[in-house]
Amino acid sequence: MDYSQFGAMLPELIILGIFLLVFLADTFTPDGSSKKFLTPFTAVLFLLATVAIWIVPSSGEAVFGGMYVDNAACKAMKSILNVGVFICMLQASKWVESDEMAFRKGEFFELILVTLFGMYLMISARHFLLFIIGLESASLPIAALVAFNKHKYESHEAAVKYILTAVFSSGILLTGLSFVYAFSGGSLYFSDIAAQISAGEMSGLLLCALAFVLAGIGFKLSLVPFHLWTADVYQGAPTSVTAYLSVVSKGAAAFAFFIIFVQVFGQVYSQAWEWMMYAVIIATITIGNLFAMRQKNMKRFMAFSSVSQAGYIMLGVMAADQLGLASMMFYIFVYVVSNLGAFAVISSIEDRTGLISMDDYKGLHKSNPYMAVAMTLAMFSLAGIPPFAGFFSKILIFTSVTGSNSMALYMLVLIALINTIISLYYYLLVVKAMWISADEPKIAPFKSGCTERLALGICVLGIVFMGLVSCIYQYCVTSVGQSFFLALN
Amino acid sequence: MDLNLLWYLVPSVIMFCCGVYGFVTRKNMIAILVSLELILNSADLNFAIFNRFLFPGSMEGMVFTLFAIAIAAAETAVAIAIIINIYRAIGSTEVNETNSMKH
Repeated sequence: MDYSQFGAMLPELIILGIFLLVFLADTFTPDGSSKKFLTPFTAVLFLLATVAIWIVPSSGEAVFGGMYVDNAACKAMKSILNVGVFICMLQASKWVESDEMAFRKGEFFELILVTLFGMYLMISARHFLLFIIGLESASLPIAALVAFNKHKYESHEAAVKYILTAVFSSGILLTGLSFVYAFSGGSLYFSDIAAQISAGEMSGLLLCALAFVLAGIGFKLSLVPFHLWTADVYQGAPTSVTAYLSVVSKGAAAFAFFIIFVQVFGQVYSQAWEWMMYAVIIATITIGNLFAMRQKNMKRFMAFSSVSQAGYIMLGVMAADQLGLASMMFYIFVYVVSNLGAFAVISSIEDRTGLISMDDYKGLHKSNPYMAVAMTLAMFSLAGIPPFAGFFSKILIFTSVTGSNSMALYMLVLIALINTIISLYYYLLVVKAMWISADEPKIAPFKSGCTERLALGICVLGIVFMGLVSCIYQYCVTSVGQSFFLALN
Repeated sequence: MDLNLLWYLVPSVIMFCCGVYGFVTRKNMIAILVSLELILNSADLNFAIFNRFLFPGSMEGMVFTLFAIAIAAAETAVAIAIIINIYRAIGSTEVNETNSMKH
């Protein structure tokens, strides 16, 4: 066997190496104060890895018989996930250092690194076996993370809801893949299946397979009508895990969704899945918005907001071309910083006071003005108010959908635009509670730790400057261009 | 009697439908997990059948099935661990009693 092929899997090997280092350091240091170094150790190692993965040029060649490929687009996607994970680690450090968690904090970082490894495989896989292995190693440890808060019953309840829906969705996905296998010509390589699909004509079997695969990955992305687990899991999970679940896990699933639907099923775009996605996107954006309006618990609120954001992300899949992928990547990057900015505020307030309701945020600007400003910026960015990053990401993704000049897609963008206005209402409810409400603040002034401030600072910088610094979007476009649009042509 | 592809697919489809029905209607978490196993096994069965009848020259479906079985086992292990935790917390594995989170 040619072991040099492993060299092409550099990002995965780096993450695996960090995982082993953290695991060994965690195992061989005695409990107690000597474990203090673990959090900064992991964060610094991971930061170095992020930089290394970004700097080292990807080979772009397919290895292991074409099962695995690492091109410029994959590298850009992985880097976006890395940024999200790094901010999550900084955010979580206060929580994992608390007395209840301190002796298990190594596990937290290990589980996060393993899920990240699975997500890397999902993005780089060009064979359904590798993809399924990646998907499962990304979603199973998350169940353990959701159940991490051992002394809180809600955490377990959320975990059981997550694991049962996750297993159900992978069952549906596997059934769909077995149908795909039936017309694949005996091979599960993405390229071989694509060739078979373009040669054969539309059949009921293909339609059925597509619907099952869409449902299976739709569960991971919490698209409507597969979103029912989202609110409960987001509410019950520890807040740092909710943040991770809502951006990194969702981002990876969105990338994999694009790759599979465009590369494998791209040939039957207009016959088969354009109208499926059309219906799903409209339902996702609208229902996510309508349910978000009536939420008072901030974590449930963010859950429905993230359901609706997933609908916007899927607009990039709808475009199904180079520009679509690039603007989807940019949208997810902006979504990572905006959502994590909001979660940084929510989790630091919850850690100190245990308050999580929107009413508790009344008058926050009097007691914690910096927190209130950061939360406001995050809400503005999620709602898409110019000049913040969310506005530019929405513009770019709308532009990419309307590229083909079809009337139906213009209607889709119109509906998405109307929903943006609806979403403005509930995002501004939070801002109103913090700034306009005359009540005395419930939350006493507090001083946040340096890691939390760093995480919040990165998010605020991203929200303010990412839209204005066009080189980030340019990088997305060139990385997709360089990789010849996922080596389709 | 000639046993063709269809005769093997029918049990697999029945298993899948039973699994989905059980997942939706069962009130006990362990029973839900059993239903989920039915769904996963029907997918495995599909792979093995299609491999055997449509592509007898290759082994890809069989290998996929082996991996899928391992994955299903891992999923069950995690799910059982979490259900045991729930049982310790509230002394029951009924779905109706795990409803502490409502808006």
